Amino acid sequence: MNFLAATGRLSSFTAAAISHCVRPPFYPRILFQQIIEIGFYSLPVVGLTTLFSGMVLALQSYTGFARFSAEGAVATVVVLSVTRELGPVLAGLMVAGRVGASMAAEIGTMRVTEQIDALTTLSTNPFKYLVAPRILAGILSLPFLVLVGDIIGVFGGYIIGVYKLGFNAGTYLQRTIEFLEPIDVISGLVKAAAFGFLVALMGCYHGYWSNRGAQGVGAATTNAVVSACILILISNYGITALFFGN
Amino acid sequence: MRDNCEPKIRIRGLNKSFGANQVLRGLDLDVQAGESVAVIGGSGTGKSVLLKCVIGLLEPDAGTIELDGETVTGLSKTSREAMMARFGLLFQGSALFDSIPVLDNVAFGLVSAQQMPKQRAQAIALDKLAQVGLDEDVAVMYPAELSGGMRKRVALARTIASDPDILLFDEPTTGLDPIMGDVIDKLIVNCVHDLAATALTITHDMDSAKRISNRIAMLYGGRIIWSGPAVEVDTSGDPVVDQFVHGHVKGPITSG
Repeated sequence: MNFLAATGRLSSFTAAAISHCVRPPFYPRILFQQIIEIGFYSLPVVGLTTLFSGMVLALQSYTGFARFSAEGAVATVVVLSVTRELGPVLAGLMVAGRVGASMAAEIGTMRVTEQIDALTTLSTNPFKYLVAPRILAGILSLPFLVLVGDIIGVFGGYIIGVYKLGFNAGTYLQRTIEFLEPIDVISGLVKAAAFGFLVALMGCYHGYWSNRGAQGVGAATTNAVVSACILILISNYGITALFFGN
Repeated sequence: MRDNCEPKIRIRGLNKSFGANQVLRGLDLDVQAGESVAVIGGSGTGKSVLLKCVIGLLEPDAGTIELDGETVTGLSKTSREAMMARFGLLFQGSALFDSIPVLDNVAFGLVSAQQMPKQRAQAIALDKLAQVGLDEDVAVMYPAELSGGMRKRVALARTIASDPDILLFDEPTTGLDPIMGDVIDKLIVNCVHDLAATALTITHDMDSAKRISNRIAMLYGGRIIWSGPAVEVDTSGDPVVDQFVHGHVKGPITSG
């Protein structure tokens, strides 16, 4: 029964959030602030994560492929893995931990200190002022982050391939580009937009409905991160099946 | 045609429950235009719930609330947002927005709801801050940098910024020392007078209730059980009111 109630509440929240994203009034200043918060300030953590993931991927695939003399596929494996999977998923998970938690804590604190009620009494819809700009910023920022992360991740693979494994730089780059198709990058960017939506939605939802003071805000933060991570992994399969299922 | 004696706020048969806990049980209350009414009652008796029902933050389970004869319960969100402009609510914990400076806090409703140009809204906000005894130095500070009394003053300035005709005060002196409590009470009285507003205050601070209001109503068991002039509250003759006002341990009100 509780599960059904929670599902209903989340569905209703999602519908309201989406509807307020496309109806005026808009708050461009807050949207811009959120884009900076999500897109710009997450760059270091996403960059580091994808850099080392690209490096590890090159190393692991080389040692694996060497068993059946297919070392030449390392560059292709790195670029396809990073653009299709690692880039969007790792960026999504990192942003869920960094931004999702922050959103839930901020909105949750506003809830328990009656700031959300204050918005309402000042004739300002909290969905338009708090939720819609964050969700739009999530959808817009994550693809940018993933694009940068993809480049850094491929570069990580290149560093290991060329400087540790002894590949020729030109050949490595040629192999990287040779088998890369637009759909590989596009599918990753679509995933990123979906993950950005999910992270912001979970952060806002759990923050908006938090209660019981500091303990409630703590629980909201945890729930926002955990639920966003789970939804990212589930939706990742769904989107992958949609693009590459056939 | 409206009756001249029609109350500004008329509440009839208000019921509100949270799960099995029935907080309000058929509450009736009238507040006349220009009147300042304080609703007193113990903790957990539903005072804040009453206030939130009046302003529309909570939807009652049953009963009606009328403003100037118009029923406002069950309004659509859009109509409710438009109606909010008539209200000013001072929250118990001030509820200032942490992320913006004091000046923007006070000007918030003018810019966001009334679409007033920011410069003009800030000029009004400075005027309102001066009205509650705060100068321009405070305007650039963030709420976290202010003391409890200053936060309350800023919140009061925000409450009166749009010149509402109905002012609601939720425990205005809670958490303040007696001197600051007195200062806030006087500011509230002045603001209500200057705006010629109708005021509804909820509090369990008897000194504050007597200072702020013309009339006091006692909330007990989910209903208003006594209502009368503020000067008569000490001699009401009602055992519940007497026990609450004089703070006696023994009496009809049982703790817990």
